[in-house]
Amino acid sequence: MAELKLTKVGKAYGPVEVLRDIDLDIDTGELIVFVGPSGCGKSTLLRMIAGLERITSGTLEIDGKAMNDVPPAQRGIAMVFQSYALYPHMTVRDNMAFGMKIAKKPKAEIDAAVDKAAKMLQLTPYLDRLPKALSGGQRQRVAIGRAIVRDPKVFLFDEPLSNLDAALRVATRIEIAQLKERMPESTMIYVTHDQVEAMTLATRIVVLNGGNIEQVGPPLELYERPANVFVARFIGSPSMNIFEGRITGTGAQTRVELDQGGGAVVPVASGERDMGSSVKLGVRSEDLVPTTGEALIEGRVEIVEGLGETTLLHLERVGEAEPTIAKLPGIHSISRHETVRLGADPAKLHLFDVKGRSFHYR
Amino acid sequence: MEGIAGRNPLVTWLVHISAALLVIIWTVPTMGLFISSLRDKDQIAVSGWWTALSGSEQNLVERTAAPDEAVERDGTWVLEGNLFGENEGTVSAFGWRAQEPAAFQPGETAELRGGETLTVEKDGTYILSSVEQPEGKRGQRIFFTSLQPPKFTLDNYRNVLFSQGIGRSFINSLTVTIPSTVIPILIAAFAAYALAWMPFPGRALLLATVVGLLVVPLQMSLIPLLQMYNSVGGFLGVPAKTYAGIWLAHTGFGLPLAIYLLRNYMAGLPREIIESARVDGASDFEIFVKIILPLSFPALASFAIFQFLWVWNDLLIAMVFLGNNEEQLVLTGRLRELLGSRGGNWEILTASAFVTIIIPLLVFITLQRYLVRGLLAGSVKGG
Amino acid sequence: MGQILSALGVVILGVAACAGYFWGSNVILDRIYPPRGPNAGANIMRANTIRPWLFVGPALFALTIYLIYPVFASVWLSLHDRSGETFVGTSNYTWMLNDPEFRQSFRNNMLWLLIVPAGATFFGLLAAAVTDRIWWGNIAKSLIFLPMAISFIGASVIWKFIYDYRGEGQPEIGLLNAIVVGLGGEPHAWITMPFWNNVFLMVILIWIQTGFAMVILSAALRGIPEETIEAAVLDGASPLQIFFKIKVPQIWGTIAVVWTTITILVLKVFDIVLAMTNGQWNTQVLANLMFNWMFRGGGDFGRGAAIAVIIMVLVIPIMIWNIRNASKEQ
Repeated sequence: MAELKLTKVGKAYGPVEVLRDIDLDIDTGELIVFVGPSGCGKSTLLRMIAGLERITSGTLEIDGKAMNDVPPAQRGIAMVFQSYALYPHMTVRDNMAFGMKIAKKPKAEIDAAVDKAAKMLQLTPYLDRLPKALSGGQRQRVAIGRAIVRDPKVFLFDEPLSNLDAALRVATRIEIAQLKERMPESTMIYVTHDQVEAMTLATRIVVLNGGNIEQVGPPLELYERPANVFVARFIGSPSMNIFEGRITGTGAQTRVELDQGGGAVVPVASGERDMGSSVKLGVRSEDLVPTTGEALIEGRVEIVEGLGETTLLHLERVGEAEPTIAKLPGIHSISRHETVRLGADPAKLHLFDVKGRSFHYR
Repeated sequence: MEGIAGRNPLVTWLVHISAALLVIIWTVPTMGLFISSLRDKDQIAVSGWWTALSGSEQNLVERTAAPDEAVERDGTWVLEGNLFGENEGTVSAFGWRAQEPAAFQPGETAELRGGETLTVEKDGTYILSSVEQPEGKRGQRIFFTSLQPPKFTLDNYRNVLFSQGIGRSFINSLTVTIPSTVIPILIAAFAAYALAWMPFPGRALLLATVVGLLVVPLQMSLIPLLQMYNSVGGFLGVPAKTYAGIWLAHTGFGLPLAIYLLRNYMAGLPREIIESARVDGASDFEIFVKIILPLSFPALASFAIFQFLWVWNDLLIAMVFLGNNEEQLVLTGRLRELLGSRGGNWEILTASAFVTIIIPLLVFITLQRYLVRGLLAGSVKGG
Repeated sequence: MGQILSALGVVILGVAACAGYFWGSNVILDRIYPPRGPNAGANIMRANTIRPWLFVGPALFALTIYLIYPVFASVWLSLHDRSGETFVGTSNYTWMLNDPEFRQSFRNNMLWLLIVPAGATFFGLLAAAVTDRIWWGNIAKSLIFLPMAISFIGASVIWKFIYDYRGEGQPEIGLLNAIVVGLGGEPHAWITMPFWNNVFLMVILIWIQTGFAMVILSAALRGIPEETIEAAVLDGASPLQIFFKIKVPQIWGTIAVVWTTITILVLKVFDIVLAMTNGQWNTQVLANLMFNWMFRGGGDFGRGAAIAVIIMVLVIPIMIWNIRNASKEQ
């Protein structure tokens, strides 16, 4: 139903800039997830879209109309808060109807909308209860129901699952995914710091860091082709291993020698002038495999974490401050202080320039 | 703490005993007042209230029936009757001369001047006999010491309520208290909401001012306000001392605490609820009326109790801003007046005092929960 | 009855007027700056700068008239003569310094300031400590708290009855004298006993305020983390040591708050002295002296105001302390 467009949007509190020059186009029916470390500005950006924070610079358009100075209620948005923000003195029904009552909608219309949303979220038996008589998951559904009743163009979710326990979080996440399927036309923006939520729910993920957008793209694209070291390390668990090295061969494929020994040929193109320049080579833990041939790295095992499904090896290498982590499938009988040689499929290697930008996007 | 092993039972006893002592010291004074207010006024004056149940000894004088009612029996003229009349009592001694009021024990026979004999029994029945027919209208005086049974009565209350003006003052106090409690709540609630949730320049300064005004002594305000009331009254051609004047004065003096308490409470409400209402399209006014006010009920209740107690118990403001005529004298003022004019009449003072404190006590007992919560909010934070 | 009905009518009228003001002024504001249409953004901005003042307006007005203006007016009046018309400089203050009754009031007030907060805090702490450890503690607390509800003047009657003196040879009906006689002592007219009569008046205020101190301190004591006490038990501390070395140091802040709150109250003490002695027998205090100069003794507004200013000056340190604490929390 709605197209949302941010142009050069910025936010400053006095001299402190928390967001700068955010450009983002969101299409109708998308579920966009904002992720990033705490303090990156993702919640602020969401609150600016909601109209709860003033936009200091740039423009926000919804359906082609500038929204900078429009009060929240008239932007066609609905928001689900982290703490649910249910009105404690009103029943579930009154909570859900509050917005429409404020807008002085006819009673029949309000009742129909509330009943429909309640049915969709299986809340019908609880309509006359107060929020305090509901479980955490039910409260969360009421908060979502309250948003649905408003029939907004854009749904905004501010870390809606972070107050739930682990099991409930998985269940509710699936419910939100199903909800989105039932309302393919509605646009949703979802803020979280949990990358599992981001990867499973999003049509596109927006990675924010330090007030800037680092990368925008579908979840697997971010995983497979991170635009820079920050995204590479932020998406995926454990974080991607990064090694310092130098380019020793250019062309359609690039040869890299690592500073601490070992090397690889990476199937990305490079030019003559890259010869000899410092680079960062990234490889995900799950892409490292024991090898007897040419090793990418070699190191002494310091910690073995057997999880059954996988085995995590923490390798210590001379001259590297951070341990290298390898994630091997299944159970392995590798003992402490053993030296292992690991290699990787060249196609799974990520090459970044000295500023941390991926060679893919050059 | 309850479950710690090996606690010294002596310490436990000591704790119980000191708690009991404290409770006794803190309740006995009020109890004394209450018991005294229910006692017969003659008994209050001669015995301590703690003896109320054991009765009291009184030295009394009664006259026998008139001599011409005497009847002749077996050649002697006899007068019979009971010293206590309709009431009950126990005679512990009697006599017929003022110099020796307790010369005889009950049951003994006393010889009077002129050959008469007098016998008084324990229950107060007396027999006065003489050989000649007695004459005259006045009976013989009998002095006796009586053990009066404990006597409880509501007469004191009847007296103060209807004859001493306490009833009227009770109504005056209500007239002062109700508006003085409600008006500041309304005004303060709006101000507290603005101070908690609406950004505006000078907010921090205003808040600091409110905190400062919390402790400004009333005495500072009395003279300037009295002058102002006099000139406003003169200008409008109305008396300076009116109910409207005292309502507004109590409103002004109660506002700092009201704003402070309510603001602290409202600032503690979750921000997201207010934002959610804003997203739902509610204006500031609607947010205040539909979300903040209902959620602030505990704070509103505790301030209301504070203000009610404070206004009801106030003497100073009432003395300055209300007259001391029948239509305006409040309970505290009346009690002070009685303390001056009826200083020795404990039956009046105790009953009056009890009438003045009964309403606050009831409010206090029933609503203590809210009051404690308000005290904690107001004090632990620094007020 | 008619009077109460008219009072209730005034309440309804007042509530309606207040609600009407707040509602009406908001509607008018939204009319002037409608939050929609082409200028919606600018209008909302403007309305949002004005609206807070609509909300705080009445309160600000009342505070100014009833508390802020009088502070300055009192200072101004204290520099003028009895009718407030002729400027007399600081002569009211020099009069005060040389007036024996003022000096005596000041001395008595200082005595009140030392004894009442200390007494009420001490008994409050004691009551909080013992009632927190017994099963009937809540009932005990309620009973000790109860005198808080009693007016000063009511409490004065209660205690005047306790201090009552009947004279030689008559049965004492005052509890204090009865106890003294019962223990074999001589009855006294306590209220006229030099110096000690001040203390007997202070007892009344301590009796009223102990409940307040107890409630606040009991909450603070219960707020102490249980682990620190259990750690002390394991360290072998006795109950008394736990109380004085572990618990009390952790609630110093609250003790200070209780102390200052009662101090403020003491500075304004008036009703008790007025009712018990009216300042006779060397029991005068500042607030009652001020009241005397204001109304009796011919109504000398200059001297009355000067005494009020002195009370205010005594309060100022606490005021500053409070404001600093409050702004630290923001």
